[in-house]
Amino acid sequence: MQSFTAVLGDAVALILSGDASLMGIIALSLRVTVTAVLIACVIGLPLGAAVGAFRFPGRTLATVLLNSLMGLPPVVVGLVVYLALSASGPLGPLGLLYTPTAMVIAQTILVTPIVAALTRQVIEDLDREYAEQFRSLDVGPLARITALLWDARYSLLTVALAGFGRAIAEVGAVLIVGGNINHVTRVMTTTIALETSKGNLELALALGVVLLVIAILVNAAVMGLRASAARAAYA
Amino acid sequence: MREALARNEAEGPQRPDAAPVPALLEGQGLLLEIGGKRLIDGIDIRIDEGRRTMVMGANGAGKSLLLRLLHGLIAPTAGGIAWRGGPLDRTARRAQAMVFQRPVMLRRSVIANLAFALKVRGLRGAMRQARINEALEKARLTDLARSPARVLSGGEQQRLALARALACDPELLFLDEPTASLDPASTQAIETLIADASRRGVTVVMVTHDLGQARRLADDIVFLHAGRVAESGPAARVLSSPRSEAASAWLEGRLFLDEPRAQS
Ligand SMILES: Nc1ncnc2c1ncn2[C@@H]1O[C@H](COP(=O)(O)OP(=O)(O)OP(=O)(O)O)[C@@H](O)[C@H]1O
Ligand SMILES: [Mg+2]
Repeated sequence: MQSFTAVLGDAVALILSGDASLMGIIALSLRVTVTAVLIACVIGLPLGAAVGAFRFPGRTLATVLLNSLMGLPPVVVGLVVYLALSASGPLGPLGLLYTPTAMVIAQTILVTPIVAALTRQVIEDLDREYAEQFRSLDVGPLARITALLWDARYSLLTVALAGFGRAIAEVGAVLIVGGNINHVTRVMTTTIALETSKGNLELALALGVVLLVIAILVNAAVMGLRASAARAAYA
Repeated sequence: MREALARNEAEGPQRPDAAPVPALLEGQGLLLEIGGKRLIDGIDIRIDEGRRTMVMGANGAGKSLLLRLLHGLIAPTAGGIAWRGGPLDRTARRAQAMVFQRPVMLRRSVIANLAFALKVRGLRGAMRQARINEALEKARLTDLARSPARVLSGGEQQRLALARALACDPELLFLDEPTASLDPASTQAIETLIADASRRGVTVVMVTHDLGQARRLADDIVFLHAGRVAESGPAARVLSSPRSEAASAWLEGRLFLDEPRAQS
């Protein structure tokens, strides 16, 4: 067994060498996750905002549902998407199993409830502050939702990044529906899982380092943005 | 304004046959219960066009709740509110504006706060810009136009809230303690804005704890005590010779406590 420092040294060297297959894996990870998070935001932001800002029958139920779906077990989501996309499944004819699209679908299902549930909380809090003023001005429902989403944009950015963090670190679901096929559906997490079990620790650790760096960069960016927003009292 | 004059003539004894003019805003038998507590306990109030009505009374008397009811922000448990003799619907609320006790500032710049309200009113382009500039100037906020509204001082926020309300060109303006905790200069600036609006024909309903302010601005006074109207009438009369124990105690700076609010 090599020493940790030796492996770390090799891993860093691998990253610095700009190894093509390593870069391919990183690029695919980012592409799949960013796509999934974007779709999750397109669905989750308006959905969460609507539940947060409007009073309707079943609203409490919707909130409970959203909050519960936040904790969906990834392997179960992976299994369900697998069954739907497999040859005998309802979406089988689309031939999406073991493609990046399948991974995007699984991640979107995991991240959308997170975005929606957190958005609901953010929008409900802001709406409590704005409600009387909006009612006084007689702001219509569409203008109201748009204004709430816009004024909560810095908090919602954090929401989106919480979704990103969850998606990029996810392994179970994308392994099931993607299959970890070299050069096709191999992403950082699935490669780490596979290469570690094969004893290829340099590659696993290199990817681990990259994952960490991405997480740190993303969080630093968010903190910077929020700090400047807070200075302007917009957050 | 002209209607108000016409009404005064119509009320004269020489014209007993004239039809009564409906009040601009009238609340009858207003009752508000929350959590089994009767917070507004049978209030009748009439606001005539062009008048400046000051709502006064101790903390917790129900002044803010009465304004919310009259503006249609909350529904009374019982009783009715009429706007020009008709229902208090969305159109009616659009003819009114309110400045809250704690001004609500959108997380946007000063200018964007004004623009938002005007956009809701359907103003676009150059018209809107002109109205914004006029509002900024009147509230003396031109230099702060690009600042985030929430970093403004308390007095500046109050001025912005009033400017935003006035920019919507309301027929009736509700003001809930618009000068509380302001320095004398800011207070005067706000009072000037209110007086100007009133001169242009805007009807004003305003809560104040400031006796001097009531003397300067009020035509009529409605004095609340424990969710009821303890006394109401022309300002000069109420302030000089109050008839109710609650109002005279308040004016003399005595604490007047009687039985707590009725439980329902
Ligand atoms: N949503 C509510 N639920 C329960 N009680 C309320 C609610 N809103 C107001 N109250 C109570 O109703 C009473 C009147 O409140 P209101 O805000 O109208 O007082 P106010 O006359 O404006 O007082 P202040 O001078 O302090 O502003 C208070 O005792 C308050 O605690
Ligand atoms: Mg009050």
